[in-house]
Amino acid sequence: MFCRLKPDSVITTHQLNEEATFYAHKTTVTYQSPSKHDTLTTSALPTITNILKALSIQQLSKVYDNGIKALDGIDLDVEQGDFFALLGPNGAGKSTTIGVITSLITKNSGQVTVFGHDLDTETELAKSHLGLVPQEFNFNGFEQVKAILITQAGYYGMPAHEGEPRADKLLHQLGLWEKRDTPSRALSGGMKRRLMIARALIHNPKLLILDEPTAGVDIELRRSMWGFLQDINDQGTTIILTTHYLEEAENLCRNIAIIDQGNIVENTDMKSLLNRLDKEVFILDLAEPLTTELKLDNMHIAKIGSSTLEVEIKKEQALNDLFTNLSEQGITVTSMKNKANRLEALFLSLVEKTVDK
Amino acid sequence: MPTQRQHHWVALSTLLTREIRRFIRIWPQTLLPPAITMTLYFVIFGNLIGQRIGEMSGFAYIEYIAPGIIMMAVINNAYANVASSFFSAKFQNHIEELLIAPIPNHLILAGYVMGGVARGLLVGIIVTIVALFFTKLHVQHLFITLSMVILSAVLFSLGGFINAIYGKSFDQIAIIPTFILTPLTYLGGIFYSIDLLPEFWQQASLFNPILYMVNAFRYGILGVSDIPVGLAFGVIMLFIVGLASFALYLLNRGTGLRH
Repeated sequence: MFCRLKPDSVITTHQLNEEATFYAHKTTVTYQSPSKHDTLTTSALPTITNILKALSIQQLSKVYDNGIKALDGIDLDVEQGDFFALLGPNGAGKSTTIGVITSLITKNSGQVTVFGHDLDTETELAKSHLGLVPQEFNFNGFEQVKAILITQAGYYGMPAHEGEPRADKLLHQLGLWEKRDTPSRALSGGMKRRLMIARALIHNPKLLILDEPTAGVDIELRRSMWGFLQDINDQGTTIILTTHYLEEAENLCRNIAIIDQGNIVENTDMKSLLNRLDKEVFILDLAEPLTTELKLDNMHIAKIGSSTLEVEIKKEQALNDLFTNLSEQGITVTSMKNKANRLEALFLSLVEKTVDK
Repeated sequence: MPTQRQHHWVALSTLLTREIRRFIRIWPQTLLPPAITMTLYFVIFGNLIGQRIGEMSGFAYIEYIAPGIIMMAVINNAYANVASSFFSAKFQNHIEELLIAPIPNHLILAGYVMGGVARGLLVGIIVTIVALFFTKLHVQHLFITLSMVILSAVLFSLGGFINAIYGKSFDQIAIIPTFILTPLTYLGGIFYSIDLLPEFWQQASLFNPILYMVNAFRYGILGVSDIPVGLAFGVIMLFIVGLASFALYLLNRGTGLRH
């Protein structure tokens, strides 16, 4: 359903490094970014430290009018080219964070910079680098699919003669070409999701933010969206993703932050986080029902059905020992799976800790 | 290499094009009703009742009310276009397409106001064509006529924009036109000269901005006005500056748009 993006369609990491070099040597007031459509003039040049970051958030706070403190002075950095997961339970502050970054929510205090451009003082430059795929559908239901893309391109300064070929390309890539003249309200849920992705990419953003892009999407489409996002990330686009599917974060993202009750409770790389998992629980399906009592050395085991076992294995224990033990007792295992996604187990333990506090 | 100014120009023209496309796409709701309503005004007030009224300020009654009816159509449609378009964008959340884009707020305001002016002028042309079936219109002062119709459309587009910013439901979008705009329009000297009113109501009418627009527009077409034309321009400009500043303040503050 999703075709591969061609390398010329997004900015490469190499180009991004060129931008950093540009700023290191230039003192003029004209800003020329590598992207074809984000050339703007500014008198403020970003610092080299910040230009290396796709996103930098410092001491960001937000208290809503009803008194709810959504963000409590969070700090967050996302490197260029990263595929970054922002996770958290409902109401944790994920959407508020994204809302502030994309100017849809006003902050109370703190600073947000996008590719070194301060959202308060260099608003247009900062915005020109951002693309957003929001959680809720938010296009004019009466407008046609292609018109939505060309209009959005125009908002970013791309005239129709440039926006139209770009829209055509994205419509093909996202499997929406046949629906180009259809009013957006007549699209299926999956097509609407893809249209929002196409719209977010129409101006070649260097930072793409997706707020639960696969919510309510069937497995096939979800997998093809993963492939699509991985492709554009491989080609240099920095991606920030919020999701409820922890498998999605584990498969796609290199770095992760977990937010809960308006605070970042964890911010590390995915590998380190998963390494912290000190035990895993597996479900084993047996070839035949168990008739005798089962004993395994140093392993916690529970019978949860006549021919189903639940086994807890510590990090230092080898799965080989488990299977050797079972073989010795004449038990044949036909299938095995994790009881819970590994990241899910960690996520729950981290969120539970903040509740305890 | 496109400059910031070129980016802004493309963004503004995109927004204006979208606004024009919107009201043309739904022409049975936007362009047809004023043509029918104003035809009824001309038939009933102009032809049937007007013949019994005789002359007003030296003109046949239908000729006297024609400029006011055209102006009424222009300001109603300019207001309705911006109010409904901007509120719909809020209601369907596609206003977010604009809010996340690198477009300064004054251009967002300008784009919507220009859209309102475009519909107001198009409806004005349609109603003028309808009027020509019933009466003759010899424009006395072309510049005054055109500038007054454009400024009035700008003023009421700004009004519609502010209404849409505050509006939280379609009911609230309908309240202002029904309870404020329509009474002001009918009391704004469209159908009569304020000379016919008692002294108190003549003075009270001077607080109605629509009176200035209708009279200055009538002066442009017929050459007669109850109000000095210079004063009318001054009052309208004052309202435009005031409303534009307020609308921009609300946009910058994010009232009704950003949490």
